[in-house]
Amino acid sequence: MTNPLKKYGDARKERIDQLAAMSDGSVAVADAGTIEEAPGVSLIASAWRRLRRNPVFLTGLTITTLFIFLAVFARVIAPHDPAIGYLLDKVRPQSNPIPGPEPGFPLGADNVGRDFFSRLIVGSQQTLIVGVFATLFGLTGGLILGILAGATSGWVDSLVMRAVDVMLSIPSLLLALSISALAPRPSQWTLIIAIATVQVPVFARLLRGTMLQQRSSDHVLAARALGIKRSSIVFRHMVPNALGPVIVQATIVLATSIIDAAALSFLGLGNPDDRQPEWGQMLGQAQQFIYDDPHLAFYPAACIIIVALGFTLMGESLREALDPKSRR
Amino acid sequence: MTSPANDRRKGSDTAPLLTVDNLTVTFQRRGQEPFRAVDGVSFSVRPGQTVGLVGESGCGKSVTSLAIMGLLPKRGNQVTGTVDYEGTNLLTLSDDDMRDRRGKDIAMVFQDPLSSLNPVIPVGLQVTEVLERHRGIKRKDAMPMAADLLKRVGIPDPNRRIKDYPHQMSGGMRQRALIAIALACAPRLLIADEPTTALDVTIQAQILALLKELVEDTGTALIMITHDLGVVAGLCDEVNVLYGGRIVERGDRHPIFREPRHPYTNGLLGSIPRLDTVGERLTPIPGSVADNLPWDHACAFAPRCSQPVEVCTTNTPTLEESGGRALRCFNPVEVAR
Ligand SMILES: Nc1ncnc2c1ncn2[C@@H]1O[C@H](COP(=O)(O)OP(=O)(O)O)[C@@H](O)[C@H]1O
Ligand code: SF4
Ligand SMILES: [Mg+2]
Repeated sequence: MTNPLKKYGDARKERIDQLAAMSDGSVAVADAGTIEEAPGVSLIASAWRRLRRNPVFLTGLTITTLFIFLAVFARVIAPHDPAIGYLLDKVRPQSNPIPGPEPGFPLGADNVGRDFFSRLIVGSQQTLIVGVFATLFGLTGGLILGILAGATSGWVDSLVMRAVDVMLSIPSLLLALSISALAPRPSQWTLIIAIATVQVPVFARLLRGTMLQQRSSDHVLAARALGIKRSSIVFRHMVPNALGPVIVQATIVLATSIIDAAALSFLGLGNPDDRQPEWGQMLGQAQQFIYDDPHLAFYPAACIIIVALGFTLMGESLREALDPKSRR
Repeated sequence: MTSPANDRRKGSDTAPLLTVDNLTVTFQRRGQEPFRAVDGVSFSVRPGQTVGLVGESGCGKSVTSLAIMGLLPKRGNQVTGTVDYEGTNLLTLSDDDMRDRRGKDIAMVFQDPLSSLNPVIPVGLQVTEVLERHRGIKRKDAMPMAADLLKRVGIPDPNRRIKDYPHQMSGGMRQRALIAIALACAPRLLIADEPTTALDVTIQAQILALLKELVEDTGTALIMITHDLGVVAGLCDEVNVLYGGRIVERGDRHPIFREPRHPYTNGLLGSIPRLDTVGERLTPIPGSVADNLPWDHACAFAPRCSQPVEVCTTNTPTLEESGGRALRCFNPVEVAR
């Protein structure tokens, strides 16, 4: 009997475990030792040295930097207030529901006369907030569970991991959808919590895997042989070395949270208040005009894709840089 | 070459610092017979003495050292016997008490200096960490001590080197740093598990010389674990030869090298390169540990032995002590006179 959910869950577990197995950070750093380096150069510096020559990473970095800059300064950059229907008098529901471009309004307006260009720019803000907070919360939850499971063993570990595996076998968007549908009133925070919850088991399983590797590593044995306290072993000797794949995963998760957030907003599970624009929500609203004014859907969709691509490129090249097998 | 002064200090009248008695480590393996990796091993180390544990890979050297340190996994094995450290049986100590002793009373140096250091912490902090842990010294005050320690193990420019990450050091320098960390709290016993195996030959000699110098200066007792009798030759006062988890021969360094009695010891000696026999073919011991018979009703070495007799495959040889030496063999090598 093949259970599709089990298969789905197993595939995800395998991918997470591959990421956990590929490196514990120390391997990558050990290799870097063959390059002659000045004393005192930090590990981050030597990883950066490898990455800054990688065009894929640089592309991703450029996109994400531009995006973050845009999101942070959106209110300053946007020429108009995204909530005010400047061109409302140009909207004629029968003949011309969407006012076209005109001086000062390069992309025209939406169906209630608000500057579409400004809405796109300000929309980046919500996307960043949802993506970052969802990842941060997911990471925090995953770190706590993963460290708990990886540092202890026995029933705590089994209990945590059993719960994690169950969650992993539910398709992530479906789970996020169910969680946000539970909320009495949708808002950007229910969105964030829904998406974060979906990421928790991913980070937890990943971190537990890398923690277990650390637990059987030589330098942890050496630290134990020096009588180092258990808390120091966990937090100084295991966790910092277990984080490499987690950082990679966090970058990739930013991309998926942005897409998931857009998908949920598109379905009306995000912030219902459209004075605060969001790309997924804009995409949802563009549906009714898709035949006459496809650009209303095209621009937010393109933004989502480009930003998600940026984080993915960055994450994948980080992953590659940390993976001893794929490095030349 | 030991000086008379040294001989007096580690004279046989001093009470042992560590006495390992009948140490046995059995691993439970799923779906298989339990496996005795260490099988009734006994030896002792006096203050200032260097004792070698020698044998091929897989003979139980590391398991012995981990058992002494209390570092074997909690599950899946059973440790019996006693490890007496000045009247305390380390095997019965609680986890917390044993943790307080590790690094302070007994320290250990491992085989691979790169992987034994934490890659994300500068070496200096790894030295101060032990000082903070066992001697309650604040990090600020421990830093100059760390630099002193690095200097003492021969790391040049120690004030700069304490900020280095392990990957910025050479293999030899890393092993020096590990020795500095192990000796930071002046333990009375140091266990070195193949400390030179991962290093270049020239570096090996330097590290051995350093270890010798340090233990002689400080009077630290040293258990030197190696598969290489050549390492033992220059360093150890006493040599224990392990085979299949049991000690098969023991004696002071010179008698063991001059006249090995056990065929296995003899074979090991035949397979180390010597200056006076350059050009002669080395004769490795045939076969591998996979050929071992169980000790229960035979000599485990019999299938590989150069001179087995009939009783070797039917009875277990016992470890017989005589004249400061011990031997487990039915048909020892004749002493050439
Ligand atoms: N955790 C373990 N579980 C099962 N068997 C082990 C374990 N550790 C070591 N062994 C076995 O014990 C034997 C001795 O190992 P070890 O002491 O590491 O040898 P060496 O003399 O090379 O240091 C080997 O056969 C090894 O396979
Ligand atoms: S007891 Fe027999 S088989 Fe074993 S070493 Fe001695 S002679 Fe060889
Ligand atoms: Mg070993």
